[in-house]
Amino acid sequence: MSFKIAIASGKGGTGKTSVSVCLQHFIKKQITDKIQLVDCDVEEPNDLLFFPNAKKEKAHKLTQLVPVINKSKCTFCKKCADYCEFNAISIIPSVSLAQINSSLCHSCGACLVACEQDAIRETELPIGKINFYQEEGRINLIEGELMIGSAMQTLVIKELKKHVDKANQIILYDAPPGTSCPVVETISDMDFIILVSEPTPFGLHDLKLMIELLKEIHKPFSVIINKVGLGNKDIYDYLRLEQIEILGEIPFTQNFASQYAKGELLNSIPTAISEEFEKITERLKKIYI
Amino acid sequence: MMELTVLSGKGGTGKTSISAALASLAESAVLCDNDVDAADLHLILHPTIKEQYSFSSGWKASIYTSKCTNCGLCINHCRFDAIHTDENEQLIINPFQCEGCRLCERICPEQAIHSDLSTNNYWYVSDTRFGSLIHAKMGPGEENSGKLVTQVRKKAKAIAQAEGAEWIINDGPPGIGCAAIASLTGTDRALIVIEPSMSSLHDADRLIKLIKNFNIQCFALINKYDLNLDLSQRIEDYLKSQNVPLLTKLPFNKEMVQAMIHGKTIVEYATESKLSIEIKSLWHKIQLSTHTVDLHQAI
Repeated sequence: MSFKIAIASGKGGTGKTSVSVCLQHFIKKQITDKIQLVDCDVEEPNDLLFFPNAKKEKAHKLTQLVPVINKSKCTFCKKCADYCEFNAISIIPSVSLAQINSSLCHSCGACLVACEQDAIRETELPIGKINFYQEEGRINLIEGELMIGSAMQTLVIKELKKHVDKANQIILYDAPPGTSCPVVETISDMDFIILVSEPTPFGLHDLKLMIELLKEIHKPFSVIINKVGLGNKDIYDYLRLEQIEILGEIPFTQNFASQYAKGELLNSIPTAISEEFEKITERLKKIYI
Repeated sequence: MMELTVLSGKGGTGKTSISAALASLAESAVLCDNDVDAADLHLILHPTIKEQYSFSSGWKASIYTSKCTNCGLCINHCRFDAIHTDENEQLIINPFQCEGCRLCERICPEQAIHSDLSTNNYWYVSDTRFGSLIHAKMGPGEENSGKLVTQVRKKAKAIAQAEGAEWIINDGPPGIGCAAIASLTGTDRALIVIEPSMSSLHDADRLIKLIKNFNIQCFALINKYDLNLDLSQRIEDYLKSQNVPLLTKLPFNKEMVQAMIHGKTIVEYATESKLSIEIKSLWHKIQLSTHTVDLHQAI
């Protein structure tokens, strides 16, 4: 069974992607090369930017099922509209209107069950893709990509997770920002969660929201503080008070930030940062074993 | 009245700090935090809450174990894999996976399933030193952030109309999914905050494609542009190719974090800094843009 770790944060831009990409690199060196990175930030997937040698192996198209009403069979009884909890169906008998608003549809299938005239069938609507990338003959990275204009990010994440290669010993999931349903979809079946925060008021505030969520769903986690040196000490006081373990502290250096900016994270990692990632990986190894 | 929505695609590029700074400059504006998922604007605006409302994100189903015969019909119908068998071989529903479609409730032959409205979200109407703020707090793991965004925006609009405010300033969510779509729908102007990194450019590109689908006028700014001049140039070229006006390039200034720590906008904290002066001129350009159809003329 693979050990599943998610990297999440609440606030965007704290360094989830950097930590995910670096951790994969160090886990390969120190624990196992049977590791896959899964980019679950399907609205804005960025992990690929840091793998200049990765080649796209294949892509898998994702669709959502949306109903279509056959008006020649429809009696405009409105039962489907009553069943639809998402207000996606409009029926106006006087003008023989039976219309589906697919942008509101959650693909639950309730309208199909509701219809007694067999007037509803489903059709596939594209919502995004899963992209598989390989390096040195191994699928190193898989990425979910929400189609621009689609609001079905949670479904893309759900489908993406089905395509993870379970033969890997460790799977890293780079989570989307926020604390709502896409994040829960990503982390719900994880063995461990790493929260990446920064020592600023926004970073701390959103970290607290994530911790509240993780406590509610009973998931083990610890915290990496990124961009140490910026901001203030409040995050340390909070973590000490809550007795939450700090997995690592990554110093803010202009140099590393600039490499990140260029998409060249793994080229030459500054010593202070690589040493910290080595320590983090050793700690993870203990958790994993 | 004009509605301005500040977005970025990528998180952490400075949306909230810039929205707050614009709020401090606008003389007649209603402020609205559209990042209901991880709202931070209140940390700078220190709102005094006047009104509080609960918001339901939808239904959550659960099973009366005493009535359930474990027939499994609900599992077959649930498309969200939300129904599981627990250690006692009893069917249970995971509330975080339940989408609230209520189909299981309708098809259960024993009427053993019921749904409750989840009310773990709140939204607020508040006073701040810069005017009214409409903001929200989502319960952790809740669904339908898009609907909550629509709700706070609706209220902001009503208040702006009642007050005769000239502007609504929306601090938008990251991403391009349901929350971002809800934040964009029907807004007058989108301001895109980009930082000089490949990730931010990549994400802004996806966002701009979305905005073009909506036919909304947009303009951009590069935040912390001097952290990487090559990439800033690349972003400038990109924006030109997309015909998106670049309003300003803001320099990196560590005082931005200090201002945040002091719970102030950068314009209040370091009024005379180059950054504050640039933001004042940015606000001037945004105001001018309302007088012209061609946004390029405003800059």
